[in-house]
Amino acid sequence: MERNHQIDWKKYVIVFLFTVGLFLSASYVSNYFGNKKIDQLKLIQDKISIDILSSETQFSLLSELSCKNISDSIISGELGELGRKLEWGQENIGMTDTVSYLKKYYSLLEIKDYLLTKKISERCKTKSAFILYFYTTAENCSECEKQGLALSALRDKYPELRVYSFDYSIDLSAVKAMLQIYKIEDTKLPALVIDENVLTGFHSIDELETRVKESFKLQETKPEETK
Amino acid sequence: MTSISSIVFYMLTFLSVYVQVFFLITFLENRKKIITRKGTIKLTKYPKVTIIVPCWDEEKTIYKTVRSILDLNYPKDKIKIFLIDDGSTDGTWNIISKFAKLARPNSRSGGYSNIKVFHKENGGKYTALNLGLKHVETDFLGCLDADSIADSESLVRIMSYFEKDSNIMAVAPSIIAFKSKNIIQNAQKAEYDMSVYIKKMLGFLGAIHVTPGPLTIFRKKVFDDLGPYRHAHNTEDMEIAYRMQKNHYKIEQCNDAYVYTNTPLTVKKLYKQRLRWIYGFINNTIDYRKILFKRNYGNFSLFTLPSSIISIFAVSFLFGKMIYSLGDFLFSKIIQFQAIGLHFPNKIDYLDPFFINTQTLFFIVVILYFLIMFSIILGRKMTEGKWGFSFDMIYFLLIFSIVGPFWLLKAVYNTILSRKPVWR
Repeated sequence: MERNHQIDWKKYVIVFLFTVGLFLSASYVSNYFGNKKIDQLKLIQDKISIDILSSETQFSLLSELSCKNISDSIISGELGELGRKLEWGQENIGMTDTVSYLKKYYSLLEIKDYLLTKKISERCKTKSAFILYFYTTAENCSECEKQGLALSALRDKYPELRVYSFDYSIDLSAVKAMLQIYKIEDTKLPALVIDENVLTGFHSIDELETRVKESFKLQETKPEETK
Repeated sequence: MTSISSIVFYMLTFLSVYVQVFFLITFLENRKKIITRKGTIKLTKYPKVTIIVPCWDEEKTIYKTVRSILDLNYPKDKIKIFLIDDGSTDGTWNIISKFAKLARPNSRSGGYSNIKVFHKENGGKYTALNLGLKHVETDFLGCLDADSIADSESLVRIMSYFEKDSNIMAVAPSIIAFKSKNIIQNAQKAEYDMSVYIKKMLGFLGAIHVTPGPLTIFRKKVFDDLGPYRHAHNTEDMEIAYRMQKNHYKIEQCNDAYVYTNTPLTVKKLYKQRLRWIYGFINNTIDYRKILFKRNYGNFSLFTLPSSIISIFAVSFLFGKMIYSLGDFLFSKIIQFQAIGLHFPNKIDYLDPFFINTQTLFFIVVILYFLIMFSIILGRKMTEGKWGFSFDMIYFLLIFSIVGPFWLLKAVYNTILSRKPVWR
């Protein structure tokens, strides 16, 4: 009966250390994959950065080139992918210094892409439309969530539409300058800028579609038109 | 709020992993002591044993139960069988009466003289057991629930534990789910396998908290010293184990003594059974709260009871978290519907490995599930002698994670409102 009294304290400690070891290993593996993902994000950003630089260079050479040489392919198509991955990373890896830095860099790339694509569009009369979208992650903004979904759906429908999304709370002077230019207030989020017009609050997909069609001369791509 | 929830989640997960690692290390320490005997064994002495079979509306199973006792590989003159009808309303009494007729000395069969039958008003299982206890004259006794069937070698293997250690006061068998017919029973089969492993480990730790109705054998001294069974919130087999632990009476588990039990066939019946068990656990633990976290009561007080309490908290918390996540998911779907109707995104980029969750907690939960699976595999090895994976494990994890929280929370609710669950 004595055995019932005996407590092997050493075992309690060993099990504790072993469990801590398992947690640390899990944390190590998690960090490893987290870093891999950040590396992947950096790679995409580098690629976009090169794409934009390449576009800018080509644009500078436009006087010597015909608009035929400026194809859609030079405009980086990976911005959307990077945006989705960064958003996911922010939620799942956490807003670490690296993720925060990548997000700032992403916003800068968006602005550069916006300016460049706009110039190319004007110069070469390519069919394109632009929406600047301001949201917030600082507080629970269900309207922003709805607006983001509506814009994604709209972008799926119109490949020529380019949506650039900016986190209102990001600490980046270029974004702050845009907020000042368009007089965006944090109490009126989400906010959209379409052809220099500022729209605040949620706007439905139908409403935006009308604006995209009318204001930006974007025509719905119908099968007979494409032929 | 999220951070508090994460801290609680981390703590509960840490404690749950701790419990599983504790079992694993206990297994590694004692693995050579786990012997699974095949075939018959012989004892130096065959002490007399009384087996009490309390029955309440068990007409479907009682015959097989009694037959299994009669077929035990143990000298017939060393076994006494008490069949106690606890006021059955079905044909149970007719069936056990037949055994009684055959038990008469002038019966032509000449056998079964070791069977005694009793009939009483319905008063609950513990009253039937106590009626039997009053008539016990042997040094060893046990109960066999009328829905269970004892393997022919079970008793002799259990008795071999008493033979080798005179300090052992009770020995519990390995309970195995009998013939699974559907997914609900398959899930329970995996759970029973896991229980065999856990019970064995608790046996090594001297910390068993239940001496189950199906064929746990006690020295009569236990009841002489500690008194008869109590109502104990309809879990008398748990309370007697608590009482024994409180009085430092040693309980062992005989992993190769198999008793097959009929498991509930439907979710509703399983729910009622588990509600009773969990309610019993919570209330017996409340009744014996003074022995919690007292080193004097060994691992039972510092490991078994706390780990069971942790499991109640963990399941309740996880269930709450699951409901919250489900609500959150539905809310986001409503928002999506409001925003874009029934539009499906063109690009399903969630197939991209980038979006696979690689958070620390994800890996911890995977480790925890692996440890649980390993427990089931070890239990299966102890009972069936086979290593390997079984789909029953998946059924177990699925069904018990979905339905388990309901009986658990209901048991907590009933405890708060002092509502007693019915037996069936």
